[in-house]
Amino acid sequence: MSVAVPNAAALDLEGVTCAFAARGGEGRYIAVRDTSLTIGAGEFVSVVGPTGCGKSTLLNVAAGLLAPSSGRALVHGVPLAGINTRAGYMFQSDALMPWRSTLDNVTAGLEFHGVAKAEAVEKARGWLTRVGLAGFGDRYPHQLSGGMRKRVALAQMLILDPEILLMDEPFSALDIQTRQLMENELLELWSADRKSVLFITHDLEEAISLSDRVIVLSAGPETHPIGEFTIDLPRPRDVAEIRMQPRFTQIHEAIWQVLKSEVLKGYAQSRK
Amino acid sequence: MRKAGSDLKVSGVMLALCQAAVLLVLFTVWYVLTETGVLAPFFFGRPLKVFWVIWEWFFSGKIYSHLAITLIETLLAFAVGSLLGLLIGLWLALTPLASALADPYIKALNAMPRVILAPIFAVWFGLGITSKVALGVTLVFFVVFFNVYQGVKEVSPVVLANARMLGASKRQLLRFIYLPSAMSWVFSSLHTAVGMAFVGAVVGEYLGSAKGVGYLILQAEGVFDIDTVIAGIFVLTVFALLLDYIVTRIESRLLVWRPKTAETEAM
Repeated sequence: MSVAVPNAAALDLEGVTCAFAARGGEGRYIAVRDTSLTIGAGEFVSVVGPTGCGKSTLLNVAAGLLAPSSGRALVHGVPLAGINTRAGYMFQSDALMPWRSTLDNVTAGLEFHGVAKAEAVEKARGWLTRVGLAGFGDRYPHQLSGGMRKRVALAQMLILDPEILLMDEPFSALDIQTRQLMENELLELWSADRKSVLFITHDLEEAISLSDRVIVLSAGPETHPIGEFTIDLPRPRDVAEIRMQPRFTQIHEAIWQVLKSEVLKGYAQSRK
Repeated sequence: MRKAGSDLKVSGVMLALCQAAVLLVLFTVWYVLTETGVLAPFFFGRPLKVFWVIWEWFFSGKIYSHLAITLIETLLAFAVGSLLGLLIGLWLALTPLASALADPYIKALNAMPRVILAPIFAVWFGLGITSKVALGVTLVFFVVFFNVYQGVKEVSPVVLANARMLGASKRQLLRFIYLPSAMSWVFSSLHTAVGMAFVGAVVGEYLGSAKGVGYLILQAEGVFDIDTVIAGIFVLTVFALLLDYIVTRIESRLLVWRPKTAETEAM
């Protein structure tokens, strides 16, 4: 915590390349090639790209769960080694511990950090209320709906007050109404203390309505950024309403021009 | 219209009555066949005499010390076998090198019919409780071991990554992720494990002992007292059912978090 380079970006990926042993043993599969991206302090950045283009790989590098084959990740100017302790990670699939109640899932992070149980429980109750789940503390994950489980995951991540949020298509499994509700709640929570967010999605509308900046990735393999767009829509935003604005349509058009050919490429590859 | 729930309840009572009726019919058939001499009572026993033996065992108090020995052996074998299975299962599942090294030996030991170890245990540990517990442990251990091993291997990588991101140390991962995940597999194998512990105790007694229900059966068999042998079998069956019921209660209490109970096969 003590070491940080002043005025450095919250998160910096420098020339990250990730190669995996190819299935079948022969040769290598290069998922991400020479990718650099920067997330400023308090900035909400989305990364969009066709399915299977290695978006999650980039996020895992930023989280410190995956060491890149070459290149490096910097957190507040300090090279990352091991788990990124300044970041919270929200996974695409269910990541709650099924054997722990909702409340115990939210306290988990504090428990791991050695916070006394009573204090952790009190904080967790506060967070459950903030994500609209007061009174659901003693339920188990399988007793909750998909949307509720996402709220628990959100509370579980935010209770540790991370400086950087890494989110991997967190709402992709939800129906459209629940999804827009969750997006608005995320924006509300985010605007309260402006954490730096790296948000991965394949949904362009979601990316535009949430972010300050949208980065477009090419289709895999050898994914790399091919476009960067600043979203100058005013805040606070309502994700359902902002889609009606002409400026939104303009931005959508511009990004889609870049993204379209990549989506088609990705689709063609997936059919091979 | 009647509700589905009340329907179920009525049919539940009916089912119990029918099940009792089946038992009654079986005993009646047995009684008639042996009384009329169609089946020789010398080989098939007489139901009334069997009940008389059981009655006398419990009211003279003769059975209690034997039953206590058998149950103590069962519980000890169960506890020691489960604990060893849990510890070694966790260790091997988390250290790939040790696991690869031990693999053929674990397979060989599991494939071996372990009942043949009973004479060796009798020589090593004598005819007391210890040799029966040892036999039970060899049976229980593998059931629990394979379930723990599987449980650790099946831990969701996402849950694991999430716990690491939340700051869990290696030790905390073991305690808060691997252990609970493995425990759910252990609990679903408890029925098999308790049964195995019981088998170990009774077979051990039967092969050589001075006390226990298996010893009673052995004694009766020695003088061709088939009624007492059958009485012993009944007592064992009732207590096996009782143990199984207790396990079911414990399981449903400890696994409330599970959407539905998945049963695993013993390997």
